[in-house]
Amino acid sequence: MRAVVLSLAIVLAGGSAFAAAPGGMARVGPGSLRPLYAPDSGTTAIDVRAFELARVPVTNREFLAFVQSHPEWRRDRVAHVFADDGYLRHWVQPDELGAGVDPDQPVTQVSWFAAKAYCAAQGQRLPTEAEWELAAAAGDTSADGSTEAGIRERILAWYGRPAGARLDAVGHGTANYWGVYDLNTLVWEWVLDFNGTLVSGDSRSGASADRMQFCGAGALAAGDKQDYASFMRLAFRGSLEARYTTSSLGFRCARDVVGP
Amino acid sequence: MKALRLLTGCAALLLALGGTGTTGLAQHVHPAAPPSAAPARSQSLYALSATLSDQDGRSVGLDLFRGHPVLISMFYASCPDACPLLIARIQRIEADLSPRERANLRVVLVSLDPERDTPEALQALARARGLDESRWRLMRASDDTVREIAAALGIKYRRLPDGSFNHSSVLTLLDRSGVVQARVDGLGRPYADLLKRLRAAAAP
Repeated sequence: MRAVVLSLAIVLAGGSAFAAAPGGMARVGPGSLRPLYAPDSGTTAIDVRAFELARVPVTNREFLAFVQSHPEWRRDRVAHVFADDGYLRHWVQPDELGAGVDPDQPVTQVSWFAAKAYCAAQGQRLPTEAEWELAAAAGDTSADGSTEAGIRERILAWYGRPAGARLDAVGHGTANYWGVYDLNTLVWEWVLDFNGTLVSGDSRSGASADRMQFCGAGALAAGDKQDYASFMRLAFRGSLEARYTTSSLGFRCARDVVGP
Repeated sequence: MKALRLLTGCAALLLALGGTGTTGLAQHVHPAAPPSAAPARSQSLYALSATLSDQDGRSVGLDLFRGHPVLISMFYASCPDACPLLIARIQRIEADLSPRERANLRVVLVSLDPERDTPEALQALARARGLDESRWRLMRASDDTVREIAAALGIKYRRLPDGSFNHSSVLTLLDRSGVVQARVDGLGRPYADLLKRLRAAAAP
């Protein structure tokens, strides 16, 4: 019965349950997001304009083609300011995946600068944090997944998975309400404004934030304190630097909606 | 709403599918070159070949002061607390240098608020603070360039609904070729190590 419901959701969302590798962009939003980390205590909702988001994360195959056409992004040529020493370390050669790397897995070991450059080369951009969170907040059948039974458990199950487990190919699961795959269950993903999260001992304390360190104070005032996955993403993004790479951090691209 | 504009304000872009075929793999065949023949990975911040404009409205590169040690940070002119302290701290560091060391040092402050920090606003700030404008440049750039410079310097920031900015204050010392020599994250932190390295970098 549950499988039937899920399939229906995919059809309703405009996706195809039969496509082997979903590609292209899905239209997401407009919508309203309950911010976990509000810009001030008076902000209880952030409006997100409609945008387009890639249905699946960027794969090793796609990123290899980018590196081959943009050799300044090879791991042996990229400037240190753009990527740390882990950048594309899992590939056998700077321009070759090797037998141990599935071309259809999401590319990981990529820095923010590299992800940003990839999207720019496609005429696209990274999604903002608000855009990504809006897309990821959806359930199977509605824009607000928190109202659907089982969604939170499914997401938390992924967060509880041991790091280093072999990654699935992209698009293996089911699309969410917007027709987007893999948002909560495959890899962490870069967002454009990853460096907008000022979480520290100071910003956690809200109004008494250290004004010597931070000019202005954010408010970590979650409306829903059960949303552990969002807290984890917030803390994770707050720990990142733009040149960092990890084996569980990938990305997908977005773009503004063209036309009405 | 302003924050939202910043987040979604990118220009409309042409459609281009991200998917590519496997044909690229066939291009891997090329004459074998020793790994040492590849250009070394640049260590310089100036690999970020950004274009900005200064308080005189001139178009300048981020590497404007290549050949000099540079103290670089980010700020915004209407900032009530941390930014005046940032400028005061750099001035205090300068006061700790010998006149010859000081003459060698350059200071670059990039605005987080290109919308309001026009060349006129930056010029007014430079005068109000008594900055030595032969050595200090206050710069502005596009939102995208600002985000890249902040990312490269490890500076966190976001625009708040009232138009002010929440940001960390990181002061970074670059050597003559733009390689990071020292960083101080937070205005309350000691800077003795940065000063020591600055003296070494600024020695005539």
